Amino acid sequence: MFNSQNKFIRYALQAINYAVFIALIGYFSTSPSYRQLAEDEAIITISISHAGELKELCQRRSQEELMALPPNMRAPMECSRERSPVIIEVLLDGQPMYSHKAEAPGLYKDSGIDIYHTLKVSAGSHHLAIKMDDSVLKEGFTHHFSQDVEIAPAEILLIGFESGRGFVIR
Amino acid sequence: MKRAYLALESWFNISFGTHWNPMYHLGSLTFLLFWIILVTGLYLFGFFHGSIDGAYDSVEYITHDQWYAAGVMRSLHRYASDAAIITILMHLFKELASGRYHGARWFSWVSGLPTLWLVVTLGITGYWLVWDELAQYVAIGSARLLDTLPIFSGSMASNFLQGQMTDRFFILIEFLHLLGQPLILFFLLWLHVKRLSNVNINPPRGLAIGCFLALLALSFIKPAVSHAPANLSSMPTVLELDWFYLNAYPLMDYWSEGKTWMLATAITVILMLLPMLPTKKGAPAAVVDLAHCNGCELCFDDCPFEAISVQARTDGRKFEKEVVVDPALCASCGICMGSCPSSNPFGQSNEELKTGIDMPSLPVDKVRTLTEQAVAAMTGSANVLLIGCEHGFNVKQLDNNETGSVKLICSGMIPPSLVEYALKKGADGVMIVGCRHNDCFYRFGNLWLDKRFSGERKPILRSRADRRRIKVFGGAETDKKLIEKELEVFRHELLAITEQTDRPEQAEIKESPDV
Repeated sequence: MFNSQNKFIRYALQAINYAVFIALIGYFSTSPSYRQLAEDEAIITISISHAGELKELCQRRSQEELMALPPNMRAPMECSRERSPVIIEVLLDGQPMYSHKAEAPGLYKDSGIDIYHTLKVSAGSHHLAIKMDDSVLKEGFTHHFSQDVEIAPAEILLIGFESGRGFVIR
Repeated sequence: MKRAYLALESWFNISFGTHWNPMYHLGSLTFLLFWIILVTGLYLFGFFHGSIDGAYDSVEYITHDQWYAAGVMRSLHRYASDAAIITILMHLFKELASGRYHGARWFSWVSGLPTLWLVVTLGITGYWLVWDELAQYVAIGSARLLDTLPIFSGSMASNFLQGQMTDRFFILIEFLHLLGQPLILFFLLWLHVKRLSNVNINPPRGLAIGCFLALLALSFIKPAVSHAPANLSSMPTVLELDWFYLNAYPLMDYWSEGKTWMLATAITVILMLLPMLPTKKGAPAAVVDLAHCNGCELCFDDCPFEAISVQARTDGRKFEKEVVVDPALCASCGICMGSCPSSNPFGQSNEELKTGIDMPSLPVDKVRTLTEQAVAAMTGSANVLLIGCEHGFNVKQLDNNETGSVKLICSGMIPPSLVEYALKKGADGVMIVGCRHNDCFYRFGNLWLDKRFSGERKPILRSRADRRRIKVFGGAETDKKLIEKELEVFRHELLAITEQTDRPEQAEIKESPDV
């Protein structure tokens, strides 16, 4: 029955089907648009690669301990490989925005940590404070940073950390 | 779900007819779209610069300066990719709705899901290459997703900070999109159809042309364009996402990377486990009886699931070959029984009918007996024997004093001689009601039946069979009214024939199109 109907009707129906098909593709290939950030929002990205301090101090081996070792292993210092966890806190205008404790990865917990985190904030002037504790041997936070920042709408403010320089804002 | 599918299928049958119905060619349509993507992609590659500084400008050149060729190619590349997601999802929906994913089909079902995943990731890396704001969003989002997995050390997302991005990473993505992923896709597609015979990867020409022209029209109506160039020091605010490929990213923004992974994994695992759910116990596999097999290979040619193989004769008889059934691959459709020349109900009339390859759940002897009983029970003036299948319309619903029925596993299980046998035994007409045309549950049952009746495929319906008394009509479980109407028309035709002088060999088989 359906195979024998009027060819004109058949082609008209096909045209409708193809129109719906391309309308679907045409629309959903770009729409509805997705707003990732409000007009007055910006981003703070925390991206830190850092190795915490060793968890224990190196110990000098006594002469007896050295003599008990095979000759090729008589290193004067004995050091544990395990590193301290790294704790980081970010405060914006005095309000805590991000807090994270990263355990050192690896079988012996001896590797550096990687932190990547983004925060949506309102654009404009802010007071940014960052604290990091990377040693269990020292009391409190070991690194501090504090600065007034101006963030434009949609801007990405990057917080990094470089050994020797400390926190870096870009 | 099945009713929704059947309704959609009916609509497309009305619009395209059974030959061009896109629902019957979703796999081959996807192959066509892959060809379009490949050809347009190769052309675009000729103008593309695979570097952070050069990529965006080269795509702008493609889009605007050479809009009439490369620009159209870019649009076709994108829209064919989007269309492929539609055809793949429709293909998945069709197989799911019609229950074609368990039993012998589990392998195709399970291997199809990673293929869908790969196609999606192929689209994602494609968007990455443009290196506009959308690419930036996709790159960072993808890196965040990968960072959630305990696979990589370090943070991949930190590669996309201002001043950190290098061409090396870009080249890796280019390699993946242009070579790595397409090669894996090719392998997965091969795997996907490995357990199927007579795989057709070309849609009917009319449908292929229509599909291509539609995408070409869209390419002119709405050419694909880029966002602003990527800028790693700022965040794109409004994005025109391709929701066919990038729908997971907003979900990740609102939810979390971990939950997005869990949802995607859960959906995939549930779909992959579907074939393992307990279902109605499947019929036992076909069994070869070498005493009645001459190794003609017709069943080997007809098996839709590559379950039959041919080997050298082992029983010492004079024939060169014999066939072997692999029960793990057999879908128990019975099409092989219909193709065996030994399945001739006219033979061995006083003893049990044996054939070369038979179905233990419904042997040919039982089929003959059921046919005889159904014909004998009819007492009307134009008695019609309906032969149906398990997955189409249930012919038993129409039983009455002038309509008898035999329900087989598949219409491809019908030996052509059985139709002649029913007519000889007293039926005025035989109407075969299998699945809708081109939509056989077992892939080729109604197609092989048509070819056997038209003499194109062995075993053929003999020319002496009165074609006026034979009708083939494809119908699903929702097509009762249409089938009743066709049956009444057929019955009137039979009455008219009865009133005339019988002149066989004159007319053709009434091939009723379908729904």
